[in-house]
Amino acid sequence: MTPTTERHAGESYLGGERTLRSWLTTRDHKRIGLMFLIATSLFLFVGGLFALLLRLELLAPRETLMGPMTYNRMFTAHGVVMVWLFMIPAIPSGFGNFLLPLMIGANDVAFPRLNLASFYIYVAGAVVALFGLFMGGADTGWTFYVPYSAQTATAVVPVLIGVFILGWSSIVTGVNFIATVHTMRAKGLQWMQMPLFVWAIYGTSVIQVLATPVLGLVLLLIGMEHLFDWGIFDPRRGGDPVIFQHLFWFYSHPAVYIMVLPAMGVISEVVCAFSRKNPLSYQAIVIATVGITFFGFLAWGHHMFTAGMSTFAAGSFGILSMVVAIFSAIKVFTWTGTLYQGSISLKAPLLYVLAFLFLFVFGGMTGVAVATMSLDVHWHDTYFVVAHFHFIMVGGTLTAFLAAVHYWFPKVTGRNYPETWGVAMAVLVFIGFNVTFVPQFLLGNLGMPRRYYDYPESMQWLHVISTGGSWLLGIALLTTVLYLAWSLRHGAVATDNPWHSAGFEWRTASPPPPYNFPGSPALHRGAYDYTGQEPPEGPAALP
Amino acid sequence: MAEHAAHFESLARQQTAARFAMWVFLASELLLFAGLFFLYMCYRLYWPAAFASGVGHNHALLGTVNTIVLITASITVAMGLRKLQHGAPRAAFRLVATTVLLAGLFLVVKLTEYGVHIDEGILPGGRGRYFAEGALPGEAAFFTLYWLTTGLHAIHVTVGAGVLLVMAWRIRRGTLRAAQLELGALYWHLVDAIWIFLWPLYYLTGGAPK
Ligand SMILES: [Cu+2]
Repeated sequence: MTPTTERHAGESYLGGERTLRSWLTTRDHKRIGLMFLIATSLFLFVGGLFALLLRLELLAPRETLMGPMTYNRMFTAHGVVMVWLFMIPAIPSGFGNFLLPLMIGANDVAFPRLNLASFYIYVAGAVVALFGLFMGGADTGWTFYVPYSAQTATAVVPVLIGVFILGWSSIVTGVNFIATVHTMRAKGLQWMQMPLFVWAIYGTSVIQVLATPVLGLVLLLIGMEHLFDWGIFDPRRGGDPVIFQHLFWFYSHPAVYIMVLPAMGVISEVVCAFSRKNPLSYQAIVIATVGITFFGFLAWGHHMFTAGMSTFAAGSFGILSMVVAIFSAIKVFTWTGTLYQGSISLKAPLLYVLAFLFLFVFGGMTGVAVATMSLDVHWHDTYFVVAHFHFIMVGGTLTAFLAAVHYWFPKVTGRNYPETWGVAMAVLVFIGFNVTFVPQFLLGNLGMPRRYYDYPESMQWLHVISTGGSWLLGIALLTTVLYLAWSLRHGAVATDNPWHSAGFEWRTASPPPPYNFPGSPALHRGAYDYTGQEPPEGPAALP
Repeated sequence: MAEHAAHFESLARQQTAARFAMWVFLASELLLFAGLFFLYMCYRLYWPAAFASGVGHNHALLGTVNTIVLITASITVAMGLRKLQHGAPRAAFRLVATTVLLAGLFLVVKLTEYGVHIDEGILPGGRGRYFAEGALPGEAAFFTLYWLTTGLHAIHVTVGAGVLLVMAWRIRRGTLRAAQLELGALYWHLVDAIWIFLWPLYYLTGGAPK
């Protein structure tokens, strides 16, 4: 790669003004992205702590650590924090913010002030939601199903308001990113030359903009139900609680793609960089991204097969869900095909990608299984479903998030992380994850219902294994934070492009200067063009 | 005065981005109301007679007056935009201010109508005399939806009027570009367009009042 940038020490976006005030009032997408990354990672640990406590309670039947009411509040808090405070914003608002302008050769996003506002809206929503979770403690689960959410004595309203505010942050960021992709691309950068991560963020933004308002409306309606008893879903007054479920899942199924599409974008980038090849088919991944975005809106009914739905409707929703699985499979085959005969270097980011591929396929196939009506009747509301969506969300989104953290760590911080630790913890995350969630498939098949804090003695051995796995996962994540924090000060200073990646975001200094590219960015060479490139030094290729 | 933000290459590009973003945001707003339209559709299929009776009970005259008021307000803001684009800020100010006044008129009519409903004992949640005196099953759902949907719309009218009020003031001070007024006008047209659908659903498609 031809280095087009001269380095000016101390002139990165991290340098210059270093006061807290300069961070809190920044318009720089890189600083805003970094603030999002820190905040969302913090909530990953809050949500993870809840998860560890839940697993601890389940170590033995009956009351072990907490009573049933505390347990209900805690799984609600775990769900709300993980979904809305970590997974939805982590990759789009965090890495998306940092990378989107770099990847299209722009100075910033289209509306930098709006971007900062989105961060503050997020913080405000987080504060209100956490206040609600800790002070009142809603016990409805993150799904807020009526009629229970309208009647529970716990304080759901602050949580609803908090999530409503968080939704605004999501919409604002989505609008901003869509406008950015349309109007801020560097001269000559065509749509079909954009990095695949940009496509993923674009699809995600469309979902954020079109699905989130429906969630906002639903939250308002439940708030009205709870506060004023307006009975809009009350059958005695002509309402129908099943309509609530339709509206809720119209958001919450596409929300899965808000979490997974950006993860897929990360995988596309890392796969190419670490096999030093262009993707097997760029077009296939773009088409699959657009396909998932579109068909993702039409699959929500698969959450309601047992809630009262005609066989025809259930069959249709089942088939539409499988269409999404086909697009996902196209991506998986493309990534594996990209790895094939690539010049592979097995660094931590690629290990996380391999973990992603395995876990995502497993999660996806069990997803097809539960999208089949006859099977779902048996597995509905059991640990089988819990295990399935954790395979997608933890096995998919979290591993991709960790791949992104390691791959772009030198880009964001200008330092390298210790590779040995990275590799070791990637392996431990994979083992810990499987030990935690594979037993949950078996538990679900045995009939263990989700959200129960008690179970028969015969199931205990599976619960014990699962809890043990959660500790492995916890240790791996904590260690990761520790060595990354250590690297901030003591890691080796990174070169501008330590992976020798062809990606656009690497064509400026690491960390980048405030306005990203000193001159006009050099994007003539494609983002995945490795022809005639020397592989990086060191033991790169596998025998 | 035609300064553009540093990260845009030109003012024209910046205005394109802002207009585009506004359209995207309007799509988002549309989906917000889509949830309420979906509820209306489902419940009207459940309770056709009750919904016809409820619509018949509503005051078609007040609804129609408000439709005329809103359409006129959309026309005046569009004319105001034209005037500002052609360098006639005084005329533009008068037209945008008229839009704000018409928005106020809409809200006065709407509140009057709410007052009538309260007098008749039609409150959200199936509360009030009207329902106690033997309304059709499903009429409670209809009127709760009526309060929710028109209420949410009225909030949008208020926000839109507030935005246009600030813009009118800035036209007067000569600090508003036509491209900025266009964003406010776009938002206003959306508020108007949503009402065009509420009008038949809540005022016109009724049966004989019971
Ligand atoms: Cu789903």
